[in-house]
Amino acid sequence: MSRTPLDTVEHAAATPDVELPWAELGLKKDEYERVVEILGRRPTGAELAMYSVMWSEHCSYKSSKVHLRQFGEKAPQSDALLVGIGENAGVVDVGQGYAVTFKVESHNHPSYVEPYQGAATGVGGIVRDIIAMGARPVAVVDPLRFGAADHPDTKRVLPGVVAGIGGYGNCLGLPNIGGEVVFDACYQGNPLVNAGAIGVMRHEDIHLAKASGPGNKVILYGARTGGDGIGGASILASETFDDAKPSKRPAVQVGDPFQEKLLIECTLEAFAEKLVVGIQDLGAAGLSCATSELASNGSGGMRVTLDDVPLRDSTLSPEEILMSESQERMCAVVEPEKVDRFLEICDKWDVIATVIGEVTDGDRLEIYWHGGKIVDVDPRTVAHEGPVYERPYARPSWQDALQADDANKLARPATSEELKDQVLKLVASPNQASKSWITSQYDHFVQGNTVLAQPEDSGMIRIDEASGLGVAIATDGNGRYAKLDPYAGAQLALSEAYRNVATTGAKPLAVSDCLNFGSPEDPAVMWQFAEAIRGLADACQQLGTPVTGGNVSLYNQTGEAAIHPTPVVAVLGVIDDVARRTPVAFQEEGQLLYLLGDTREEFGGSAWSQVVHDHLGGLPPKVDLERERLLAEILISASRDGMIDSAHDLSDGGLIQAVVESALLGGLGARLIVPDGLDAFTFLLSESAGRAVVAVPRSEELRFNDMCGARGLPVTRIGVVDGDVVEVQGEFTLTLAELREAHEGTIPAILA
Amino acid sequence: MTARIGVVTFPGSLDDRDTQRAIRLAGAEPVALWHKDKDLKQVDAVVLCGGFSYGDYLRAGAIARFSPVMETIIEQAKSGMPVLGICNGFQILTEAHLLPGGMLGNDHLHFICRDQKLRVENANTAWTVDYDAGQEINIPLKNMDGRYVADERTLDMLEAEGRVAFRYLDFNPNGSLRDIAGITNEAGNVVGLMPHPEHAVEPLIGTGRTDGLPFFTSILKKLVNV
Repeated sequence: MSRTPLDTVEHAAATPDVELPWAELGLKKDEYERVVEILGRRPTGAELAMYSVMWSEHCSYKSSKVHLRQFGEKAPQSDALLVGIGENAGVVDVGQGYAVTFKVESHNHPSYVEPYQGAATGVGGIVRDIIAMGARPVAVVDPLRFGAADHPDTKRVLPGVVAGIGGYGNCLGLPNIGGEVVFDACYQGNPLVNAGAIGVMRHEDIHLAKASGPGNKVILYGARTGGDGIGGASILASETFDDAKPSKRPAVQVGDPFQEKLLIECTLEAFAEKLVVGIQDLGAAGLSCATSELASNGSGGMRVTLDDVPLRDSTLSPEEILMSESQERMCAVVEPEKVDRFLEICDKWDVIATVIGEVTDGDRLEIYWHGGKIVDVDPRTVAHEGPVYERPYARPSWQDALQADDANKLARPATSEELKDQVLKLVASPNQASKSWITSQYDHFVQGNTVLAQPEDSGMIRIDEASGLGVAIATDGNGRYAKLDPYAGAQLALSEAYRNVATTGAKPLAVSDCLNFGSPEDPAVMWQFAEAIRGLADACQQLGTPVTGGNVSLYNQTGEAAIHPTPVVAVLGVIDDVARRTPVAFQEEGQLLYLLGDTREEFGGSAWSQVVHDHLGGLPPKVDLERERLLAEILISASRDGMIDSAHDLSDGGLIQAVVESALLGGLGARLIVPDGLDAFTFLLSESAGRAVVAVPRSEELRFNDMCGARGLPVTRIGVVDGDVVEVQGEFTLTLAELREAHEGTIPAILA
Repeated sequence: MTARIGVVTFPGSLDDRDTQRAIRLAGAEPVALWHKDKDLKQVDAVVLCGGFSYGDYLRAGAIARFSPVMETIIEQAKSGMPVLGICNGFQILTEAHLLPGGMLGNDHLHFICRDQKLRVENANTAWTVDYDAGQEINIPLKNMDGRYVADERTLDMLEAEGRVAFRYLDFNPNGSLRDIAGITNEAGNVVGLMPHPEHAVEPLIGTGRTDGLPFFTSILKKLVNV
């Protein structure tokens, strides 16, 4: 077997005319020319591998960057923000010396190709982001979107995704406390598998991804590097070197949660002994990303000997090693005198750890292979100075027609009997039905700090056993609303997550987002994207909740058909004492039900319009951020002062959906009275934002009403917790048994 | 004087810190034990907690059973030291032949996490004296491989000797034979069960019940009286 000479920096300089497969690696011609210009010569194969993967849409945010800047520019003044956008995950001060880090990411495309591993490694990746900040992961959440519930392919994708999330997360010992499951035909070929995680640390334990201190050692630890997740690099490898080796490698990575669990424990032990100067996880773009980011965020340069990387497959080329996305790997920067202790801890946990390089006092990232220098770059040009595109965007031609197709004009139920049938159909529809078939495959209890988990409005975790300090998280996003109006849709996603956190009694502090859209090369999609970001940034500014980080997933489209624009927003909140939390379930018969907020005729994008008319048109509910803030303040005060025993936010499906859920969870019914000025249909099914239903003990009625009155929040008494039926006076009665059968039977019937 | 109760951490153990908390809440002293260490640090009893020891890629508990710490635990359990195996711990105890039978994958092939109703069938073991025989309790269940199986003779023997310690009520979550959720050895010092009492020791947290706490007060009572 003959090998072409090693493509070193020297060799590249001497052979300027060698053609490299930059197009196959996804680079555009002008991007390749820019690389040549930066280097002053053609790149080596290894350099090309690094630039191509780091300048990809996924790693460089080249289409989204110009819009994402608004999150920084419009960031509200917040004392809570300790680490903002740009690090592995944002960090928020939650008081008592604790800091919380959280983030949501997408693993959409891999999860369609290989549902189990795609979803599993999505959990793995987000958890490593959390560890890399210095925190112990304490919970995960999973916002999911699938195609139509009854489509045959959904039966392939969903069970695999759910088993993958469970299989990985359960094995890590992380309680899964929230998220959503939404079905819509627009996600048929592009399911959205977003994964969020929360971690907790003390303020002084925050770690950052930077390599500083010349002479400090770079240690790669965790799994061996294999050929998984390489994608384009194989092309390069097969063209540059001999072709007698396996060429087709899986593009989706394979996860080993056991290895990740060991990685968590050994990393936390190293943190506890203050052995780590800088740290970065290996996710997308693997070592290319970790080395270039660590080096460019630090003060000096970095020298790496690639021969020292432990391999799973000894035939891997240096380009493949640099691009491999093998899971469960981390990279730490450690002072020389602490290296032995670091390696000892890794050995205790049976984790392979290898010194692969060191921080230098230069400003170059140099990588060696078989004694030759194959990479010599300014790491900033790889990690931070990729191309930036001002992609054209334009309001779609069909937007006006869509908004003119008013859902408020759809045929409404003519009789009480029809209203009852539609309510029953609604609560049994896949989007409104109980998701316990799915969530029961996730461990909610591990770590022994779970205060609330799905189907509660937000997940809640105790972080201090003595004081009861806790954090809450909710994720929301309604693609139907965003399709009708992406600006408002993004604001409604934030409003709902914000409201959900407050409904459980926690104070909303900060935001992470996962922005799922179609192709940025389509001006209509780009407009949706730009509008959604503008909406979200404006709303975050007004509500005082900064965006701390997040993720963009583009190209979620099959052919010409893009998914609904789907900004998923996660809101993190804090609660001083988890004992004051407010659950969704009705607690006691005789308690009074109050509706907080205003109900208007708002059916655009509603669950009712989808379930009953298979319709999407008109305008989404009106956004009123000041109302959301007031409502949140009332809910938090009422929870703290013991004025309410249960609460549920009103969103898709409207009031009746919320009441049915509270009733079924509590095993107690409700008698409702249609308030003056509203018709039963609007009262039960409108999706006006800024609303919640609360159950107030009779002893607190006066105090609660006084508080709402004094603060100017509209409050309407709508009934009482009672019996084993949900009765709407003068309209219909449904027994809890028939509601339960409808609500809980749907998903198992489709998927089991 | 209080009792020292060891909690073993294997690589992949998940509920070790939760179990230590439960022991502390019951008033005993939790002692961390390490899988590579044969020394049990003079503990009076041991809990093998839940998780996926060594990844459980072969068969749940199959590797953990051969770990250094288990050598000592097997030896001492045979001479009367109380041992409780929860979930993965129960699987390890059957693999170690301290308890009869074994665990297969759940009959529905999914991981299942739920609030599970049980009946305490034997309130005379070292870990159940604070319950009443026949008492119904609710504690969380969460597992992938929880289907208890044994041959008919073994099952008949367990029943006849009162060694079925816990039975699933209302709903059998995994297809366990005769609804068996947990069993004890003949002497009553070794008990294993699939559900997780350590997750039901504080109001507000988890299911909001404390039905699991008597496991830990039982052993404390037993040890301190001795």
